[in-house]
Amino acid sequence: MMDGPMDALYREVVLDHHRHPRGARPLDDYDVQAAGKNPSCGDEVTLQVRFGDTDRIDAVGVLSQGCAISTSSGSMMAELIEGRSIGEVKELAARFKQVMHGDEFPVDVDLGDLEALEGVKKFPVRIKCALLPWITLLDAVLAHREGREPDPVNTEGLTDDGRPMDVTLEERK
Amino acid sequence: MNAPDPAPLTRDTLATGLARDRFPLLARRVGDQPLRYLDTAATSQKPMAVLTALEEYYRHTNSNVHRGLNTVAAEATEAYEHCRSRVAAWVNAPDPRGVVITRGTTSALNQVARGLAHHLQPGDRVLLSEMEHHANLVPWQMVARERDLELRFLPVTDQGTLDLDQLDVLLDERTRVVSLVHVSNVLGTINPIAAIAARAQAVGARMVVDAAQTAGHLPLDVQALGADYTVFSAHKAYGPMGLGFLVSTPDRLADLEPYEGGGEMIEWVHLDHSTWAEIPHRFEAGTPNVAAAAAFPAALDLLAELGPETIRCHEEALTAYALERLQDLGGMTIYGPDRAADRGGLVAFWDPEVHPHDLSTVLDQYGVAVRAGHHCAQPLHRRLGVPATTRASFGVYNHRADVDALIDGIVAARKVFGF
Repeated sequence: MMDGPMDALYREVVLDHHRHPRGARPLDDYDVQAAGKNPSCGDEVTLQVRFGDTDRIDAVGVLSQGCAISTSSGSMMAELIEGRSIGEVKELAARFKQVMHGDEFPVDVDLGDLEALEGVKKFPVRIKCALLPWITLLDAVLAHREGREPDPVNTEGLTDDGRPMDVTLEERK
Repeated sequence: MNAPDPAPLTRDTLATGLARDRFPLLARRVGDQPLRYLDTAATSQKPMAVLTALEEYYRHTNSNVHRGLNTVAAEATEAYEHCRSRVAAWVNAPDPRGVVITRGTTSALNQVARGLAHHLQPGDRVLLSEMEHHANLVPWQMVARERDLELRFLPVTDQGTLDLDQLDVLLDERTRVVSLVHVSNVLGTINPIAAIAARAQAVGARMVVDAAQTAGHLPLDVQALGADYTVFSAHKAYGPMGLGFLVSTPDRLADLEPYEGGGEMIEWVHLDHSTWAEIPHRFEAGTPNVAAAAAFPAALDLLAELGPETIRCHEEALTAYALERLQDLGGMTIYGPDRAADRGGLVAFWDPEVHPHDLSTVLDQYGVAVRAGHHCAQPLHRRLGVPATTRASFGVYNHRADVDALIDGIVAARKVFGF
């Protein structure tokens, strides 16, 4: 009975990121720090982001405390975003969210190891785990641009128009 | 409707899982697996008799209570008040007028906290504990902020019990309320409420007890517990959701200021002031969940058929078996007292190899429904030093095979994660 959905969810790549998360060290020097939490399940992530001169992400620290899905998603994110421009990062986040909500993996954008998380979309209650680091990152980037402190983020609850919070990822400009 | 009478439930048939047949939902499957429901501490499943009673109420008796003079309204009122007397008898309340029907435990705790607030002065103390459910923390935090009260907390020992040595330090004449859980929904610990209540009352404090995990699982005698206010829900005791009880005495209830105003709770209403209805109706504003109240006696019948001691023995034996099997897995941190005799029918644990959410997802593939998370007790999880735990909890319908399925699932999850 364990073949199929479990193997699709916990692929070896996912477990490897969970056991050896990339970017999981605090940065000595960063421009913005943001915290994301899913209060109902206890997943937590703290992100530290340092920007280079051309609005590119120079370095990111991803400090996760949570399930295999949230820690591996954060680890894959760390691998994927270093050296990317803010525009690229927003595009990656939007694409990943679309995949989590049912789209096929895009052929025109390389989402790296994130592809291994495709199995999560068969487990609706776990989608918020996969999106937590990404939504936290988007708020960190946005806060930095606006020169404010990032808000504490969570991917639960409803937006003001009554949709689940994590669905509105792409609207966070 | 003419189904044969279900097989009688006894101590022996419980152990074989026979009670499962009384609960229609437990016949369903999850994927290709039979459902192994181990989340009764969150809510119990409902026996057929309760479902039938709910339908019968809406088909036959539905009307608002204490309002109409017609036959149907009178019958609805009778069913509602019958629930009150049944509950009073069930928990050995001295007077049915001391039983307030609420929406649940949370609503009852808010009722008590709000109701006592007007007696409390700035600097007065409320004693709670580190093992409380959010429902017994947040209402007091709200009242404390408004009335400038000091909240104090009994610590939890490393064995998962209340640190009663601290009672002497924390309980004093400025303590006006002590509000504690009887059976912890995470640790399983059964707290010695009667002894604490006596100490609290000796300094003039009111004792409140959250018996949400007690009702339907351990024998519940409010006079033996000795608290001034005892609260619990119907839905963890095989009854419908949206129904709970605040059990006290008419005298003690008279000290509570009504918390919600509206219809039903009044005597005379003028444009600018009103007088309250008699106790306990003054605490029951608005249309109550009459259907749930009408159906709950069917759950009480099931509990009576078995008897509280038999139910307790069954859950204690299952808890002992689960503790033993979890220990045998090795590497597991199991919270709460070592002996099943000192615990309610639930076990929460932390597996360093597999995060509770991942474990819960794998167990779900085996049809095993557990709860993963902080179980509405974030401060307790901070004290335990883990962000979340996995909890298995038991009811009359569970048997050893459910625990075996849980253990098999944990082994499979560890395998997925490479341990």
